[in-house]
Order: sequence, then C-alpha cells, then structure tokens
Amino acid sequence: MPTVSVKRDLLFEALGQKYTDEEFDELCFEFGLELDEITSEKEILIREQGGEKAEGASDVVLYKIDVPANRYDLLCLEGLVRGLQVFKEKLEAPRYKRVSPADGGEPQRLVITEETASVRPHAVAAVLRNITFTQERYESFIELQEKLHQNICRKRTLVAIGTHDLDTISGPFTYTAKPPGEIRFKPLSQSREYTAAELMSLYKTDSHLRHYLHIIENEPLYPVIYDSNGIVLSMPPIINAKNYSMLLNMRNVFCVCLQAKITLDMVVTMFSEYCDEPFTVEEAEVVYPDGRLSVYPELAYRTETLSGDFINKRVGINESAESIAQLLTRMCLRSEVSGEGDLIQVEIPPTRADVIHACDIMEDAAIAYGFNNIVRSTPRTYTVANQLPVNKLTELLRQDLAAAGFTEALTFALCSEEDIADKLRKNITETRAVHISNPKTADFQVARTSLLPGLLKTIAANRKMPLPLKLFEISDVVLKDETKDVGARNNRRLCAVYYNKSPGFEVIHGLLDRVMQLLDVKPGRNQGYHIQAAEDSTFFPGRCAEIFSCGKSIGHLGVLHPDVISRFELTMPCSAIDIDIEPFL
Amino acid sequence: MADTGLLEALLRLLEKVDGGIDSQDVAADLGVDHQLIVGAVKSLQALGEVISAEQKSSKRWELTGEGREIAEQGSHEARVFNAIPDEGLPQNELMKMPSGKVGFSKAMSNKWIRLDKAHEGGPRVFKTVETIEDTVRDKLQLVQKGLSAKLEDKEKNELKKRKLLSEVTVKSYWITKGSSFSTTITKQETELTPEMIASGSWKEKKFKPYNFEAMGVAPDCGHLHPLMKVRTQFRQIFLEMGFTEMPTNNFIESSFWNFDSLFQPQQHPARDQHDTFFISDPALAHEFPQDYLERVKQVHSEGGYGSQGYKYDWKIEEAQKNLLRTHTTAVSARMLYKLAQQEKFTPVKYFSIDRVFRNETLDATHLAEFHQIEGVVADYGLTLGNLMGILHQFFTKLGITKLRFKPAYNPYTEPSMEVFSYHEGLKKWVEVGNSGVFRPEMLLPMGLPEGVSVIAWGLSLERPTMIKYGINNIRELVGHKVNLQMVYDSPICRLDS
Repeated sequence: MPTVSVKRDLLFEALGQKYTDEEFDELCFEFGLELDEITSEKEILIREQGGEKAEGASDVVLYKIDVPANRYDLLCLEGLVRGLQVFKEKLEAPRYKRVSPADGGEPQRLVITEETASVRPHAVAAVLRNITFTQERYESFIELQEKLHQNICRKRTLVAIGTHDLDTISGPFTYTAKPPGEIRFKPLSQSREYTAAELMSLYKTDSHLRHYLHIIENEPLYPVIYDSNGIVLSMPPIINAKNYSMLLNMRNVFCVCLQAKITLDMVVTMFSEYCDEPFTVEEAEVVYPDGRLSVYPELAYRTETLSGDFINKRVGINESAESIAQLLTRMCLRSEVSGEGDLIQVEIPPTRADVIHACDIMEDAAIAYGFNNIVRSTPRTYTVANQLPVNKLTELLRQDLAAAGFTEALTFALCSEEDIADKLRKNITETRAVHISNPKTADFQVARTSLLPGLLKTIAANRKMPLPLKLFEISDVVLKDETKDVGARNNRRLCAVYYNKSPGFEVIHGLLDRVMQLLDVKPGRNQGYHIQAAEDSTFFPGRCAEIFSCGKSIGHLGVLHPDVISRFELTMPCSAIDIDIEPFL
Repeated sequence: MADTGLLEALLRLLEKVDGGIDSQDVAADLGVDHQLIVGAVKSLQALGEVISAEQKSSKRWELTGEGREIAEQGSHEARVFNAIPDEGLPQNELMKMPSGKVGFSKAMSNKWIRLDKAHEGGPRVFKTVETIEDTVRDKLQLVQKGLSAKLEDKEKNELKKRKLLSEVTVKSYWITKGSSFSTTITKQETELTPEMIASGSWKEKKFKPYNFEAMGVAPDCGHLHPLMKVRTQFRQIFLEMGFTEMPTNNFIESSFWNFDSLFQPQQHPARDQHDTFFISDPALAHEFPQDYLERVKQVHSEGGYGSQGYKYDWKIEEAQKNLLRTHTTAVSARMLYKLAQQEKFTPVKYFSIDRVFRNETLDATHLAEFHQIEGVVADYGLTLGNLMGILHQFFTKLGITKLRFKPAYNPYTEPSMEVFSYHEGLKKWVEVGNSGVFRPEMLLPMGLPEGVSVIAWGLSLERPTMIKYGINNIRELVGHKVNLQMVYDSPICRLDS
C-alpha cells in the first residue's frame, strides 16, 4: 500500500479547515485512507540515523497517509485534497480538458522510430502550459512521479515518466533506440558528458538508480529521446539529461511517458490545477513508426449506466436513484438520473482508472453512504456444515495422542534440503521433494517430505526439559505426484518420537498399538496390522520395522540411527514412528 | 520421630511452667543435646496443636577447645610457673613443655618468673613470687558456668583475641502450650490405608493434617499445542454457523488458481519473486479447465462480463508457474469453480484454516508461513450488509462485539472492507481481518449465475492466538524453537471469554 507524506498545515490550508488528529483520522477511515503516522522530517531522521544527523532538520508536522494501491489519483497532496473536498461536497469535481495550442500554433510532436520496437515501442506526451510552481508544488510534482514509478509503473519496469522544461528544448522530438556507446549526454546531477555505457557502470553504485539498470542493461539498444537539435532529453527509464529537465521556475512542461497513457493522464490531471487556465492540458502529437498519428493526453471520460436498484441490492440499502447519484458525485463520479426508470448515468473521469466495472461504482456508492451506516443483516443462506474427513480424523487422533501422554509440536512445512536428506541419511533425489526456486535462506529450500526433522529440531531446542520427551505432530508433508494438475500433493502423516536415556522402542511400539486400537484395526496379518523387520537408512540397523495395515505399507517405526541423532544435535537414544493416516479415511 | 520418652519429658516440663520455656533450658534441664530437643519440638509440632513453638536466636559466649583446657588445667603461664622448682629450671627444658613457649612469655610479662642468662650450665628460669593468681582460668571458669555476664566486654574480647572464647549464635525455640496440650502422645497417621478401612481402626486414629499450601503432583500427560487448540475453536465456530470445510490440503498451487482465477493481473506486485515462493521442481502446472482458462484470459486482457479488463497481454506461461499458495483463497476459487459446474446452483458456506506461505522478511510478527482463516458464502442476492451481519456474528463468537469497517483495496474483492474491532486494553480500534465481495470478473468466467454474490473474509490464526496467550514474538508460538514448557502450561482455549 503506497504511503503519501504531506505537510499537515499545508493539507489543512488546502482543505480550508483545521482538524484535530482524531478528526482527520476519522475522515480518512470513512474515505478508505489510513492516517498511518504523525511525524516530522526531524523525527524520521532521529529514528533512522540518530539524533546528530537530525540537527537542524525541519520539525514541520507530517501526515503519512496510506492510500489504497489502486487509487493513483490520491498519491499527491493535490489529488488527496481534491478527493476529500469533493467527498465533503466543498468542491465540484473538476473537468479535465485537452486543448490545442493557443493562437492556432502547432502542437508539440514526438516521433517514434522503429528501432524502439526492441525496447518499448510506445510513448505518449502532453504539455502543461503556463504553469506556476512554488517550492511545495514542485516537490509534490517530483514526489508524485516517484510514487507512480514505484506503484503503477512497477519500479519503472512497465512505465517511465519524464518531465522537461519545454522552453529550453525545441520540438519535434524523437524517441529512438541506439547502441549504448552511441548515446552521449550530460545526465542530471553530473558535470560532464558520459556515454550510456559509462553511465550504466557509473550508476552501479548509486543507491537509487542501480535498481532500474536491469530493465535495459542487457538490451543491444537503449531507449533515448532527442529534441530537434539532437540534444538528449532523457534515457528512460534510467535518467534525464541535465538542464532540459525540471526546474522550479519553468512555466511550460513537456511530459513524456513510455508505455502507459494512464500514467500520463495522472501526472497532467493532478498538476494542471496550477496552469493559468486550470485543469487544461495542451495536446501533443505522437507519430508511430507505421505513420499513424495519435493525440495525447487522452483524458477520456466514459459513461456507465446502471440502475439504482442494482446499487441498493448489492449494498443492502434503500436509496432513491437521485440520492445514489449524489453519493457517486461525491466520489468524483459525476452522476445523473437519466430519467428512464431508476437508471443512473455515471461519468468516470480519466483520474479514476480503477473503475473498470459496475461493482467499482457500487463500492463508491457504499463508501459515500458510509460503510458503517449500512444496516447489518444476517443472510438467509441455509446450509448444513461438513468437516473435511482428513481434518476430522486428525482432530480426533490429536486428542487421543495427547491423552496417551504425547505432546503436540507445530513445526514448519518448509525446511532445508539437509533436514530431509543428509540429516536423515537419505539421498535428496529419493525424497520426492518439491523444491523452491527463490528461497531467501536455506530454511526455505524445500517443502518437508517428513515430519521427523521438525520434531527432532523441537527436541534439540528443548534439551533442558526433563526426560523423557514424547512429541507428536499430525500434519501435511508435500510429495511430487505427476497425477496431480500441479505435479505435487499433500500427504497427512502422523509422526511421534520418544527421547530418553534408553531408546524406548516398546513405548513407540505401544503407541502404534494404541493408534491402531483407536482406528479400530486389530493386530493381524491380513485384515489387521502388523510390523515386519525392514532396513531404512534413517533407523539403526536391526531396530527398524515397516508397518503394514490390511497388507499395505503405511510407514515405519524404530530406533533412530545414531548419526541421525547427532546430526540433529541430540545426545540420547530416540525412537520414532511415522505413518500415513490417509488410508484410514 | 524423636523417642516418645523425650517428648513426654518435654511436655511434663512444659506443664509445670506458667508461660513458656526455652529449648536451651529444656536441654540443660534434661541433660541432653539441644539438637535432640529441636527434633522433639518438630515432632510435637507435627502432631497438631499440642505445643506451639517460636524460633528465636540469641548470642552466647562459649569456650573454645583451648579455653576448655585452660579452665581445667590452668593457663599456660600458670602451668609454667607451677613447673618451676625453687632451684629454678634450665630454659631449654622449660621450652620443651607443651605450654612452654606461650606460658614463658606470659609469665615473664606478668613478672612471675625471671631468666638468668648468665647462669652456669645455660640460661635458667627462677620464680620471682611465692604464689600467683590464675585470673585467666578464673574468668574462663566463670564463662563455663554460664556467668559470662560477670566479665567486662574488654575482658571477653581479650580472651576472644587469644582464641579462648568465641561468641556463637544459638537458635532455640520458645515453647508454649498449644490449644490441645496434653502430656501424653497419640501417634498420628499419615494416610488412610485399606487395613484401616477393613478393621474400622480409622475411627480411633488421628490423621496428620495435610499442607494445603503445597502444589500437587503434576499429572503425567500429553498436551495439545496452543495454536492448534485455537484452530479447533475456530473450526467449531464455523461448524456452529453451518460452514463446510474446504479441502485445503494442497500447499503447492499454480499461479493460475492462486492469482489469475482471482482476477489478479500478471504484473501485480504480489506475483513478484520478493513476495511469493515459486517452485523449481515441479516448476509448472500442466492441466487446466481449458474453456475456463480461455475465459480468464479474456477477462484479464480484453474485459467482458461488464468489465473493462486490465488490457494487457495475458500469458499462459505466467499462469502455469507453480508456487506455494499465498492464500487459501486459491482453494476457494477451485471450490467456487467446482460449484459453478453443478447443473443447478446451490447456496454454499465454506471455510478453511490452513497454512499459507509468503517470501517475506521475517520479524517478531511475520514468518514465512502462517495459518489463514477464511470464510466464504455464495448465494443469490447477498449484500454488503449481509457480509457485515455475518462478520458481526462470527466475531461475537470470538467475544468481539464492537466492529467497524473501513473501505480498502483488494484486487479480487469489490467492495473490500478491513474489519476493525475496539480494543478495550489499547483503547483504540485495531484491524482484525479483511473482507469483501468477490468481483464479477472472478465469478462470472467460472460460470456462476449472474445474480449470485460471494462474500468472504479472512484473518490469520496466529494473531488472535498471540493475543489470547499473551505471546509477543511469533517464534515463541510456532516452529521448532518454541519452549515446550509454554505448550505444557497453556490453558484451554475459549475464545469468547
């Protein structure tokens, strides 16, 4: 969830009202935001870098507000204030307009060459004309681009935004792709020219930019934007050129977005507020390699028609179409009753790209109505409950195993390869284990194929406890199984261990007898259960038996091999039982 | 048990006095070692209210071994003096006496004797006075008689310095008569025996009282894990509410069921390597309901069912990637798809409580795996008000009655609501779960009828358990590092109390 940090006083000034922290928190809650933290730059510095570094830092109160991940229109102070003011009916939602250049001038043009096909063959552009920045507005403008880069642009992998001072460059602009050695310019915050190849190595150590290098690093051609004089504007998605990018006192801004028109719409709608003619954006033309010409920004409004009844029935309220239209208008979705029955015409503005279905409109009506004003009612759905048989059996067995003197352990389903193989004296290839491709540590290399390692690790962590230790777990292991759609399945197993000064095979054997008694399986060769000497590398030779129930092998019991005991950092003899309980369903 | 004779002798002594008697005095009176009297006092105390005894301690001067020798045989200097005949004694002979060295110098400084160094035949010692007074012996004899009070502190310290006296702390009892004082002793029985029952002798016996302050002996038993006890209670709640358990015993899931079927776009950050465990073996799922898969692809890439869709290039390769499920909602999707394949739709209420996996950074409240609790209701015409109503009933069973709801975002529910409950301890609203109505883009491609709504909610099992059992670090609750003592000691779980 993105967090937007705004200066409290600036926010209240823009809202035209002062709130206490509690009142503002309440407003956020109602609107679906979360006032996550009240802090200041100074406090943040003290927390992150200690008191010394914070000396002289600003102690202006900051509100950190969590914004839902799909609401790109609330990622800056301007958008937040607009959303809240409309919600509070203090402001009418503005209409964003695309305009042609004044005095019949030619629109700015961006020509995309076919070399871009290998990188990002799409770009859109627009101009913010006669804009007035202040220090705060400028910071917010930069901040919004950064937030968009992190969120909708997925850390610049999907979209890259560039904004430039139009008065220092001249169109038409060319978006092309070139080998890194042929791109040469003076990048932002550097004093000399570099080739693109040099930049890539320069930024390897840059704490911020190094995260974006991988996006184009291995491409033969890098994307680059030139103006008509062959001056580099930017090398997206990495860096803008110096001088042609943003400055506080610029008046005309040329915005380019690679790939997504939504992002461009978002940047220009948020800041067109500060243009001499507010909420207007000057168009720009984009010429594609195939000669097609498009005009941007789109700033498309879409109209959806739905019935008041639909909203009432889905939310569980009973409002007139007129009042529902009013509710929606408060959510920046300008709505009108169409006159036909209870149909409502809802206009979705370009800022609300998150509205893609009638259910999104329905949610906005519910938010405006107030979630907590909706009458809570019990659904009449009549159903009979059923337990999952394997869970039912597990629940019953757990109770009786505890009654038999064994204590339940709860261990992880993920573990290291070593846990299920080497330490149990098994070969990893014979375990049928499911392997994880991206574990952060060795603890998450595989899904367990046996409950035994978890129990032995539990004993190792509890060696100070009085002996004997008697533990059990009934839970799932995971095994590869080609008959399943995903190629693996869970298997519910019962595992128990007895750890004492003597191996206690008879104790574990007695537990098997008890479990079989609980499962109503009698001792016997054919219809019953029996055990039979077996060899298993995990167990001490001659001290292991295979367990058969109704002629089918269901597991093993025996005294653990001394090497297994020492590999789990244990010192006492230990006996164990491990059975599959699914045959007893 | 001290011998009965001694006990009765003590009781007879006690009978004669008005107030009480000191155990030291008893020892002196009866002429036995004090330790025996202490034993007798303890035995009598165990018999009930025969006597009452209060421990006290006092300080007393006692002779050391050397002190006792002097009290008997005289001081070293006196012994030296007495050994010297009128004609004197050669010094070297005198020095051979046991008391020689010390006695010689003391007697010299007392001026009882003199040394003639120039005497022919070697140095010789002569008496200088006719008689002497052995005050050291006298003083020690006073202490021996218990009359140490007659000596001045200075004198006692002087003798202490010479290691003839020592000050000892004496523990004794001040014994008084108890409420059931008697001079005869009836032996108390410790336990009722089969013989006593058979013979009826228990009627005449006195039984030793139990110490009800002591703890009992812990029963020899096994224990259930606290998290599993809480799981049992949550299962119980769902069953009481008529919910059927879903088959969640499949940790490995395909991206298709975990994400795509839930209308979660393929570029969604949750599908990133940083958040989800992907599987390298078996890497891909190979079997999907083909026509449903086509509908999912369409709704993502082009929209449909009244939706704009996400308008991107949906790839089967992405959907095939196997992973460790990140939520049990993947199973809910499978179940709802299965429900949609029924000839006629029937309303359902489903639940599950099982493990889910996140490739997260671990801390005190986050592990790579945790248990998700999930409830799902599918029926015609369910409303957001219904979801709130059912959440209210569910949380009431957990003992939580004050709820409020915050609009939230979730890719597969719309509306989405975070559930907050008022925490009386913290005096603030805390998030207790997530909920929402599944999106039509998820339900309609499955083939569920248009009018059917599906409402759902979820929460973790660990968090309420940690609150219930007062555990702050999740590693103290889950995994092999837990302290078994915590498991042994955890009380039963009643969520509503």
